[in-house]
Amino acid sequence: MTASPISSKQIAAPAIVVNQPSASATADSSAVELTQVCTGSEILWETLIREGVSVMFGYPGGAIMPAYDALPKFPQLHHVLVRHEQGAAHAAEGYSRASGKVGVAVATSGPGATNLTTGIANAMLDSIPIVCITGQVASPLLGSDAFQEVDITGVTLPITKHNFLVTRPEDIMQAVREAFYIAMSGRPGPVVVDITKDALQKSANFKWDDTPVRLPGYRPEHKPLPTDLQRAVEMIHSAKKPIIFAGHGVLRAGATGLLLELVRKTDIPVAATLLGLTGFPASNPRALGMMGMHGEAWVNKAIQESDLIVALGMRFDDRVTGNLKTYAQKAKKIHVELDPAEVNKLVHVDLPLIGDVREILQMLLPFVEYRDRTDWLTHIDTLRGKSAVIDIKHMPDNGKLFAAHVIHDLWRLTEGKAIVVTDVGQHQMWEAQYYRHDFPNKLITSGGLGTMGFALPAAMGARFACPDEEIWVIAGDGGFQMTQAELQTLVQEGKKVNIAIINNGYLGMVRQWQQFFYGGRYVATPMSSPDYVKLADAHGLVGLRVTKRSEVADAVRRARELPGTVIIDFRVEQLDSVYPMVPAGADLDAMIRRPEAVVEEAEHNPIYETGKDD
Amino acid sequence: MAALRTLVAYVEDKPGVLNRVASLFRRRGYNIASLNVGRTHDSGVSRMTIVVEGDAGVAQLMEANLYKLVNVLSVQDITDCPAVVRDMALIKIEVPAERRAEALQLVEVFHARVVDISPGTLIAEITGSPDKIEAFVEVLKPYGISEMVQTGRIAMTRGVEGEASRISHGQNSETVVTAA
Ligand SMILES: Cc1ncc(C[n+]2csc(CCOP(=O)(O)OP(=O)(O)O)c2C)c(N)n1
Ligand SMILES: [Mg+2]
Repeated sequence: MTASPISSKQIAAPAIVVNQPSASATADSSAVELTQVCTGSEILWETLIREGVSVMFGYPGGAIMPAYDALPKFPQLHHVLVRHEQGAAHAAEGYSRASGKVGVAVATSGPGATNLTTGIANAMLDSIPIVCITGQVASPLLGSDAFQEVDITGVTLPITKHNFLVTRPEDIMQAVREAFYIAMSGRPGPVVVDITKDALQKSANFKWDDTPVRLPGYRPEHKPLPTDLQRAVEMIHSAKKPIIFAGHGVLRAGATGLLLELVRKTDIPVAATLLGLTGFPASNPRALGMMGMHGEAWVNKAIQESDLIVALGMRFDDRVTGNLKTYAQKAKKIHVELDPAEVNKLVHVDLPLIGDVREILQMLLPFVEYRDRTDWLTHIDTLRGKSAVIDIKHMPDNGKLFAAHVIHDLWRLTEGKAIVVTDVGQHQMWEAQYYRHDFPNKLITSGGLGTMGFALPAAMGARFACPDEEIWVIAGDGGFQMTQAELQTLVQEGKKVNIAIINNGYLGMVRQWQQFFYGGRYVATPMSSPDYVKLADAHGLVGLRVTKRSEVADAVRRARELPGTVIIDFRVEQLDSVYPMVPAGADLDAMIRRPEAVVEEAEHNPIYETGKDD
Repeated sequence: MAALRTLVAYVEDKPGVLNRVASLFRRRGYNIASLNVGRTHDSGVSRMTIVVEGDAGVAQLMEANLYKLVNVLSVQDITDCPAVVRDMALIKIEVPAERRAEALQLVEVFHARVVDISPGTLIAEITGSPDKIEAFVEVLKPYGISEMVQTGRIAMTRGVEGEASRISHGQNSETVVTAA
């Protein structure tokens, strides 16, 4: 690659300088006002800038090299060189989740593009708007099994909201604009723009088009019928045992304030999905907590007994419902959902309200009235009293370290204000149970796909979106080892996140299933780890090890104070399990509870749930 | 056999659109009985007639999923609408000269046409409802069918044009269409 003749430092605002008397650039837009001849690469970057992109995560290679070569002309675009393209996709997702904007990942053709796919699938299942730009072999070679040719539009067809193959420079701007529009509008999702090398190299006229994108077949917005809204109000008024479900859609729609208002007006309790956890403050007296497979027992019981479910922006995932045949049989269901294809997909609903959660709550709020539901609320309190995952705040230090302790202390010390990015496994569920989320969008986790390795790169992306927030990665020893290479990306970028490794020496969640459902045969789940303190050192970072609860607070404090990324290796109980648990496909209220008798020491184990703990 | 539903979809005539539709059906496990695609009088717009196994609920979900494809312009489940449904088949039978007259009579009874005759074979072309084609095939079988090809169903609702192109979007909602 030849160095660009113009270094990024020398170039000021006008991004593209091509035989053009310097166009006067305004502060918030780039320079190209008139039609001018640009290479496809220049058109690509210029379009990204005009779509509001300031940072992207990527990795170069043959087919995308012309684009990278042009990058120094666009100093407004910061490129973060990841260590694996999966990291680029997750970082784009983390960036998007933390900023509410579209995240951007860039990769070369073939292996670069296929490495993105895990992140793309994750974004698809969790409705995260990202745009992935991939290089492709030159158009004359398409279909010839050329070096590093993979049909990535074909590969990603079922895991993208839409994708584009662009073979001409004059089509790049429109494809990228449409990609951003599709990614962000309606139910968001990932979009891939695959651009052939010759399209990046050749030139075309560039004229910025800022008219709104119009796609004849794409209608992302819906609104419910007025008669249905009226029916919803009637159903809410006549319900004796109603529950509201808060899903990811509440957060996507920016409806957390309206949800609070709805609860204030109606006194209906709220259960949350994993991705909806921060949609309603945990400290609100009407917050029940998480529902589903590892949800609180009383929440699942209440769902089974309820007579009305008002489901907001969620999709009745199997991790939420358990056995569909016995799921919430007594409840009428109102489903507020933006995606018509989610309605009646798994659970029959009595009243679908299709549209944006925020808009629909706005329409409903003036009409809903307070009803006295003391009986129902008292009943839920009774359920809660008997089976609560008890507040472990004041529990003594028995010398042993439980993940619940670590996460609870982390919550206390960060006052619940940190952005927490979790990986996948037991620690993810413990985080959901013990870190009490009171603030919207402060939990970033992989829900639908359950992608191990998500946390570290996603946290890195979140860091670029929120330079001033405290960010904690909570990862398992297994998942952390999948994408730990991104530590060095953080170092190179001079960015800090705090990392809590919940190190139990196992692929814990799988080990737990083996314990419960496979006769305790721990096949391929015991897992060794590198010395994380030395690993941190090798990266020029600080690593700490914690083996007792009494050491947790100090370690957390040090991590918060130090300027760089800190890794804390929390050596927790190896054979602990997440309770309660609804076995996959079982009835929602058929939960495996924490065994009371399995306390090997005489002392009562503080995090074992018993009725006595209140 | 499961009940059949007939969907009519207008799609953009662009490369890869059929692949997107087929991929959707495959991924969601929908069983296609027949699928026909062809151009329309609008350049740039193709029309699909899709016959699937399933009930009205399945068809509704399929409709909603089809709408999620960016290149799908409109979808309608016309199963319960008065409609003209047609299929076309070409059937080649082995028929010696001495039985030809008898075969031609059968062709006539079914309002089919003979489009090719050779010393030992003839090709019949039949257009009609799937039932009628099935019956025709049955009566031709004794001659020995050496080849057969069928187009798959095409369908059009009767009466005022626009029934099938109206955007219904299935379930209890209005689509917000931004003005052009
Ligand atoms: C990429 C990927 N591979 C496999 C799995 C299956 N899986 C789910 S949880 C889990 C164990 C995770 O172990 P660890 O990261 O140590 O976390 P722990 O459960 O011990 O807290 C595995 C293997 C997955 N979710 N993602
Ligand atoms: Mg582990």
